[in-house]
Amino acid sequence: MRILDKKSISRRSFLKGGTATALGLTIAGNMVLGKSSAWAASFDNLGGDNAATLIQMARDIYPHDHLADKYYAKVIEGYNTAAAKDAKLKSMIQAELKKINTASKKKYGSDYKNINRELERVDILKANTSSPLFGKLRGDLVTGLYNNQEVWPKFGYEGASADKGGYINRGFNDINWLDKV
Amino acid sequence: MAKFDKNDDSLFVIIGSGAGGGTLGYELAKKGIKSVILEAGGRHETKDFSNDEWGMFGQISWLDKRTTSGDWRVATDFGGLPSWIVKAVGGSTVHWAGASLRFQPHEWKARTTYGDVKGASLLDWPIDAKEMAPYYAKAEYEMGTTGTNGIPRLPGNNNFKVLEAGAKKLGYKKVHTGNMSINSKPRDGRISCQQIGFCFQGCKTGAKWSTLVAAIPKGEKTGNLEVRPNSHVMRIEHDKTGKVTGVVYKDKDGKTQIQKARIVAVAGNSIESPRLLLNSESNMFKNGLANSSGEVGKNYMRHMTASVYGIFERPVYMYRGTTMAGIVQDESIHDPKRGFVGGYELETLSLGLPFMAAFLDPGQWGREFTASMEKYDHMAGMWIVGEDMPQSTNRVTLSDQKDQYGMRAPNVHFSDHKNDIAMRNHAFGRGKAIYDAVGATKTIETPPYPSTHNLGTNRMSAKASDGVVNKYGQSWDVKNLFVSDGSQFTTGAAENPTLTIVALAIRQADYIAGQMKSKAI
Repeated sequence: MRILDKKSISRRSFLKGGTATALGLTIAGNMVLGKSSAWAASFDNLGGDNAATLIQMARDIYPHDHLADKYYAKVIEGYNTAAAKDAKLKSMIQAELKKINTASKKKYGSDYKNINRELERVDILKANTSSPLFGKLRGDLVTGLYNNQEVWPKFGYEGASADKGGYINRGFNDINWLDKV
Repeated sequence: MAKFDKNDDSLFVIIGSGAGGGTLGYELAKKGIKSVILEAGGRHETKDFSNDEWGMFGQISWLDKRTTSGDWRVATDFGGLPSWIVKAVGGSTVHWAGASLRFQPHEWKARTTYGDVKGASLLDWPIDAKEMAPYYAKAEYEMGTTGTNGIPRLPGNNNFKVLEAGAKKLGYKKVHTGNMSINSKPRDGRISCQQIGFCFQGCKTGAKWSTLVAAIPKGEKTGNLEVRPNSHVMRIEHDKTGKVTGVVYKDKDGKTQIQKARIVAVAGNSIESPRLLLNSESNMFKNGLANSSGEVGKNYMRHMTASVYGIFERPVYMYRGTTMAGIVQDESIHDPKRGFVGGYELETLSLGLPFMAAFLDPGQWGREFTASMEKYDHMAGMWIVGEDMPQSTNRVTLSDQKDQYGMRAPNVHFSDHKNDIAMRNHAFGRGKAIYDAVGATKTIETPPYPSTHNLGTNRMSAKASDGVVNKYGQSWDVKNLFVSDGSQFTTGAAENPTLTIVALAIRQADYIAGQMKSKAI
């Protein structure tokens, strides 16, 4: 059976100009969330604190521990760009984050992004699922995260195949464990 | 390629170029009858397709204004997208999976077989299996359906092998790689399947039959068929005697045009076809064209559907190869002991990672969801497709909201019948058992996707008071008006509908040619 190595980063996706360059950002893979100063320069319209909060929310909505922050940050970068021209969006995000941080402080004694336990952050999110920000962020992540070609290999998804001649000679029927179950 | 005059009132005008309209145009062209197909969407050829789920979704889907109501979950999760169909030359044959199954004899006679099911508006079709057999044979030949005409079945992919192994462990017997209108050998000028996957995104080699790659180019070659893309029909016009005379449409530049016609056939799929008839109301036809029975738009069916995904300890890579790669047919029987009437098919299905994120459990978030997504490459998937009950309250009506041309948009109202729910629950149980039998560590019950099988809104009936069209798809009220798509279905049966739509269109073309010859229309 042709098994994919989900840990290796495909050279091809780098050559094609993947997410990091498309972002126009230099986000190090090991950048630590919660350090708002690290994001401030890249998220000039939203501000570092807001960006860091949104990125943490994005990760809590679709938590994949094998994905670096940059994949979540890509969606938030879109908001930062849009906020420059869309005052309504900007004020909605600011107002909603304020609400979330107020709720976080009240219940867990700190801003959302500084709550250490995931379960507690998720608890805050659960009380906010009907908010416009949650709906937008969740919806945008569906495509923003999972339609990012750079994450596909990490899920064992190979993407387009016609340019490689399909799977007729590349394992469409190579399953070899069924007779053992 | 023919190009006909808009003022030529001897033409046969077909609205829609999918399984019904594309086939009808080709069949009429072979008989020397000159037709124009007006297609709302653009013309995208095989070279224009890409293995990109969202990219192709944006390129070819019907995304015009629509609204939804009823208790189906699609109304909540995808309120503006009741159906997932194609707006392009070839219609939904561009994105169909290729499954080509005949109705079973009893399914033509649902009312007689199932009896009086409370809340269902069941009728028998005014035709039967014997009458349809030669037309099914012609359709299978045209489409190159595997398992017919000596055409070998396709090889099974990994996703099928998981389904097959589980089904056989449970004792199921009718398990195979399907009757698929996808070339297993080169045929009809098209190559054989390269197991690319992405069948829903437009076949990249043309191995899969569609009206786009088969019926339409062959029809155009005769010189008797013109396909006019980007022509969105808004209403059908009629004269004082109540005969239709032509159609009003918006061309590619948004300009209003009139195409005159001797006869008009409506084949815009089961949401647009009734919408067009309702939007064609006039002083003479106050409730909409062809609607003296009041049945236009009613009895909307979408098949009882759902999916089961199984997660296994070891990889499957279900996306490699044909999207719908095989079938279990043993549950496609009428056995009321199971707690419902009618039956269902289990067919493999795979989605790419992007679509899986959107459809596995719409709206869901958090660790349970992402744990499943992280096992994407260890998943096998099947689609459940069964007969749903027609209900007069499930219907397409005109919404107060307008489309981009100012025409009233359709509202699609749907709620499951009790029978649909009982059948779905049974199928969920069998699907889970199949995957459990081969060691699934988790199974996921996925709710219906936006409707791909839209049926029944201009139904065929033996009596004018019960339906919209007669046994040839001819309007009971307007003799030179036909319905040629799945909206003429009296009941839905358990099988994927395309083969039956094509067979009905071939049969309809024979009838039309006879009626034209005798000057009856």
